[in-house]
Amino acid sequence: MGLEEYKGVYVFAQQVDNELSSIAFELLGKAKELAADLNTEVTAVLVGSGIKGLTDQLAEYGADKVIVVDDPQLKDYRTEPYAHALASVINEYKPEIVLVGATAIGRDLGPRVSARVATGLTADCTVLEIGDFPINAIPGQEQKHNQLLMTRPAFGGNTIATIACPDNRPQMATVRPGVMQKIEPIAGAKAEVIEYNPGFTPNNKYVEIVDIVKEISDTVDIMDAKILVSGGRGVGSAENFKILQELADAIGGTVSCSRAVVDNGWMPKELQVGQTGKTVRPNVYFAIGISGAIQHTAGMEESDIIVAINKDDTAPIFDVADYGIVGDLNKIVPKLTEELKKVVR
Amino acid sequence: MKIVVCVKQVPDTKGGVKFNPDGTLDRGAMLAIMNPDDKAGLEAALRIKDEYGAEVTVLTMGLPKAEEVLREAMAMGADKGILVTDRVLGGADTWATSTTLAGALRNIDYDLIITGRQAIDGDTAQVGPQISEHLDIPVISYAKDIKIEGDSVVVQRQYDDRYHIVKAKMPCLITALSELNDPRYMTPGGIFDAYDKEITVWGRKDLKDVDDSNLGLAGSPTKIAKASDKVRKGAGEKVTLEADEAVTYIMDKLKEKHVI
Repeated sequence: MGLEEYKGVYVFAQQVDNELSSIAFELLGKAKELAADLNTEVTAVLVGSGIKGLTDQLAEYGADKVIVVDDPQLKDYRTEPYAHALASVINEYKPEIVLVGATAIGRDLGPRVSARVATGLTADCTVLEIGDFPINAIPGQEQKHNQLLMTRPAFGGNTIATIACPDNRPQMATVRPGVMQKIEPIAGAKAEVIEYNPGFTPNNKYVEIVDIVKEISDTVDIMDAKILVSGGRGVGSAENFKILQELADAIGGTVSCSRAVVDNGWMPKELQVGQTGKTVRPNVYFAIGISGAIQHTAGMEESDIIVAINKDDTAPIFDVADYGIVGDLNKIVPKLTEELKKVVR
Repeated sequence: MKIVVCVKQVPDTKGGVKFNPDGTLDRGAMLAIMNPDDKAGLEAALRIKDEYGAEVTVLTMGLPKAEEVLREAMAMGADKGILVTDRVLGGADTWATSTTLAGALRNIDYDLIITGRQAIDGDTAQVGPQISEHLDIPVISYAKDIKIEGDSVVVQRQYDDRYHIVKAKMPCLITALSELNDPRYMTPGGIFDAYDKEITVWGRKDLKDVDDSNLGLAGSPTKIAKASDKVRKGAGEKVTLEADEAVTYIMDKLKEKHVI
């Protein structure tokens, strides 16, 4: 069948423990824009067990339709039954675009599904738009319109590539969490709900989940923080992060860190900002003792205000900082905390 | 048991990135290394070998120069190395790469395939799961711990806020996180032996059950529309100040921007 028969923008609406993940709403926000450009609809694909109650929430965040694949085999995420669910939806409904979150689930599900339906997949996209491919017409080559142009960082954030998938459908992308904007929820919005079950018969690819261990943390998700106090190798030790925590407490912020800090075992991975950590865009980002390798700045340079403190005046963090201070963090940070305590309550 | 580890030679983007005068990435000036997640996967395979006994084969696709990472892997303790190299395979996206590697793997006996989660040049994390789909075997991604129990693997599969202990019958494919272990160093004896060992070199004709239309640049569904160096945000102010003045400076800026 022809490529033009594939219609609609589909979003994999990730849920965990029957609670929709933030990425589901972010993808719907972007899907709504793309669908407007293509004059088509937004469909959320909701996969799980006992999840029908979540459809209204998806409608409020922009879904015109929700395809529900509800089966006991889908209770907890496993690659095979989830891949079977999403690939079957694609084969049945033939969307032109499928967006999946670049989460620990989506980055496993996306490639497995794209290989099954034999199409391309662009990973960890940060910009999605509709345009022409090739972008500029080339004599002797057909220029295709209304293509999904998927932009992503590569080479550890050193280069940016825009990718198209002109000859295969659907066009698939995984999208970095924290980058796309959710819409303001429309209270009372309803979506057309379609229940679909392709049948789930366990085979050798259905792995067995022996145990699930939740790593409960009392820390705020750094992606939601308005102010981040982020430390790097220059902080010197796990113990010395205390002075960053005190600064964070004084200004109502949250502590985060660079990859070196996680590699040294000073801070947990969930607080890591950067290419292999989380993308953050707080109102204020304090980069303290962070040299600012491009892998780090890729995850924080969209912050509104960046304040950097580093003793090395050649540190690349100063290239992205709004306010860079060359100085000794061990002296500056505690004093700054004291001053802030006087003015912030 | 037989384990195949897929490894990739990548430019070292971690230890400082070098640019040409025109601002493009100077790949020649950057070290070519074994991709870190792949190295953790290799170490995991070598530990299984140490504990249970196994034959470990390393497989890579790349330019002839990629032989270097196979030699390194053998110096660490891998038994065999296979290099898949052919002009027609160049420019492959993850679909074409996974198709190629699957075509090579169909010629090899394996109980377990281990790949790194992702390579530091592309960061896609796609090739491992795609290979498993082409070979129709289970995949367990993001492995933080691997144990062998009889004919099964028991893996700690990491998620954002939890992990699953997952059991799968072999053959299966696992993608390894760097956090899985600290890879061993090459030994002098190992380095010596590695250069005596034969590396098998395969080309297009050695790939099993793959169609030409799925290989290389032409067989890649994704096409690059545009590539550019990242436009960096411009630098703001930079001041060198003693602690007291620095604090005053920061406080002034935070007030000016209505943060406090």
